[in-house]
Amino acid sequence: MNALKRLSGFLWIALGAIAIYLMAKQAGIEIANAIKNNKAVLDTKMFWYIIIPIFTPIMLGLCLFGWYAWKGEYDRVEG
Amino acid sequence: MAKSSTPVVAGSFISESDSMGTQGLMKVIMASSVGTLIEWYDFYIYGAMATTIARQFFPQDNPTAAFLAALATFAAGFVVRPFGALVFGRIGDLIGRKYTFLLTLLLMGGSTFAIGLIPGYAKIGIWAPILILMLRFVQGLALGGEYGGAATYVAEHAPANRRGYFTSYIQTTATLGFFLSLGVILTTRQTLGVEAFNDWGWRIPFIVSIFLIAISVYIRLRMAESPLFAKIKKEGKTSSNPLKESFAQKSNLRMVLLALFAAVMGQGVVWYTGQFYAQTFIERTLSVEFEQVRYLLCIAILLGTPFFLVFGAWSDKIGRKTIMLGGMLLAILTYRPIYKAMYSLGDPKTKVEIAERASTSAAVAVNAAGDSTRTTTTVKAFTDGSSMKTVKKETVLADKSKPAPKAETTKTFWLSSNGFWMMVFFVFIQIIYVTMVYGPIAAFLVELFPTRIRYTSMSLPYHIGNGIFGGLTPFIATRLFDASKTTENPAGDPYVGLWYPILIAGVCFIIGLLYLPSKKQEAVVE
Repeated sequence: MNALKRLSGFLWIALGAIAIYLMAKQAGIEIANAIKNNKAVLDTKMFWYIIIPIFTPIMLGLCLFGWYAWKGEYDRVEG
Repeated sequence: MAKSSTPVVAGSFISESDSMGTQGLMKVIMASSVGTLIEWYDFYIYGAMATTIARQFFPQDNPTAAFLAALATFAAGFVVRPFGALVFGRIGDLIGRKYTFLLTLLLMGGSTFAIGLIPGYAKIGIWAPILILMLRFVQGLALGGEYGGAATYVAEHAPANRRGYFTSYIQTTATLGFFLSLGVILTTRQTLGVEAFNDWGWRIPFIVSIFLIAISVYIRLRMAESPLFAKIKKEGKTSSNPLKESFAQKSNLRMVLLALFAAVMGQGVVWYTGQFYAQTFIERTLSVEFEQVRYLLCIAILLGTPFFLVFGAWSDKIGRKTIMLGGMLLAILTYRPIYKAMYSLGDPKTKVEIAERASTSAAVAVNAAGDSTRTTTTVKAFTDGSSMKTVKKETVLADKSKPAPKAETTKTFWLSSNGFWMMVFFVFIQIIYVTMVYGPIAAFLVELFPTRIRYTSMSLPYHIGNGIFGGLTPFIATRLFDASKTTENPAGDPYVGLWYPILIAGVCFIIGLLYLPSKKQEAVVE
C-alpha cells in the first residue's frame, strides 16, 4: 500500500503541472478568440484573470502533495 | 481516553467535555448554530437576489459597473473566503474561538444590513457598485472566519465518540441558511408583489438581518470559551504564530494538503452541484419558472436536512472516510443519469402539445424616438399538465442606418404536478449526497489538527475546497455549457458542465481512498 501511495505521488505532481499548463493554454485561446471576434471580451478576460491566479497556487499545492507522498510522508497514515 | 496509535492524528479532546452532558452540549450547539445559520442566510440572500441587485446597482450599459457586478458575485463571495479563513483563523487561535466568531458575526451582519441601505446607481452613480463590492468582500471574509470557529467550538465541547453527531448540527446550518434565505425572499416577494419587491422590497431581507444578528450576538455573548482552548491558554500552550505553525511546518502542512485534496475538494463540488448547480440547471437550462424552482428546492432541502445528523452520527460508528467517499462515488456515478432525467422533465420536445389550448398574442409599443418593439407571446400546454410561455421581443429602430438589435426570446416552463415532484426527488437525491460528504466533514477536519492551531489549519482547506472548488462550480459548469454551443449544435450539450464536479470528485475520491485513514479516529491528549 505504501509503495502505491509513493508511486502515485508522481501522478499528483504530473496532474498539478498539466492542469496549470492546460489552464494557461485554454486562457490564451479563449481570450484571443474573444478579441478576434469582438465577443464577450470583458467576460472572457475576467473569467481567466480570476481562475488562473486562484487555481495556479492550488495546483502547485497538489504538486507539493505529490512530492510529500513520493517522499513517504503519508506512509504512516493508515489507508 | 486512549492514545491513538496513528501518529498523524492530532486531535486533543479533554475529558471534562465528556462530562458536560447532552443538555449542556445542545445549548452550546444551538448557540453556535444560530449564528452560523444567520451568517449563511446573509451570504445567500445576495446570491439569491443577484439579478435584482444588478438592476439597482450595476447597469449593463456601464462597462465598469458590469465588471464590478461580475466581480462581486463571482470573486468576492467565494474567492475571498480563504483569506477570511487565514485572518480569523489566526485570531481564533491567538485570542480564542468565542470572540473571533462573535467578530465575524458582527462583520457579516453589519455588511448585510448596509447593503440593504445603499442608494442605487441612479442616485449615487459609480459609488453604488463600489460600495456593494466592498461590502461583499467583507461578507466573504467574515464567512471565511465563521465556519471554522463554530465547528471547532462545538467539536471541542463534544465527547470523542459522538463528535460526528454533534458537529453535524453545525453542518445543517449552511443548508438551513439557504432555506431561510429562500423563504424570506419568497414571503417578501409574495406579500409586496413582484413590482414593489423589485423596486424597494428586495432591501427587506437585508435589513431583517440586523435583528437576527442582534439575537445571535446576545446568545453568543453568554457563551463560555471552548474548554480545550481555555485550558491550553491557561497553561500558556497557545501558538504564538498560528499561520507559520500551520503552513510553514511540514508536519502540519502535509495534513492541510491531505484535508484539501483527499476530502474537502470533492466535498465542495458535490455540495455546490447538489444545492446550487441543480438550481442553475433547472432555472437557466430548463427555464423553469422562478417560484416553482424555489419551492421545489425548499422541499428537497427540508426533506434532506435531517440526513446531515444521520450521516454525522453514523460516521462516529463506521468512520468518516467510508461515508464521505461513499457520497462522492455515488455522485460521480449518478450525476449524468440524474441530470438526464431532470432534463427530460423540462424538455418540451419530449412532450405532446394540446393544439386547441395553444395561444399567440402580439403587441406593438413605440417609444418617443420612434423605435417600435413588437412583443409576441406564445403559450403552449402539454398533455402531462406542463406548460410553456415564450415571449419574443423584436425592435425596429426608427433610424434605419443603425444596426437592428437582436430579437430577445425568453422562455418560462411550468412543470406538471408529477414533474414537480419528480424534480423534487432528483434534487433530494443530490441533497442526500451532500449530507453524506458534508455531514462528517467538521469532525474529520478538527480531528486532523491540534488545538493550538486548529482554527487556522482547518479553516483554510475548508474554504479553498468549498469557496473555490465548490463555489465556482455553477460558474464553471455554466461556462462549459456555453462553450459547447457551436454552429452545428447551437443548443449545446446540457450535461457537459457536470464533467467539472465529476472530475474533481473523481480525483479526490482516488486520493482519499489511498491516503485517508480508514479507521475511526481516536482522541489523544496533547
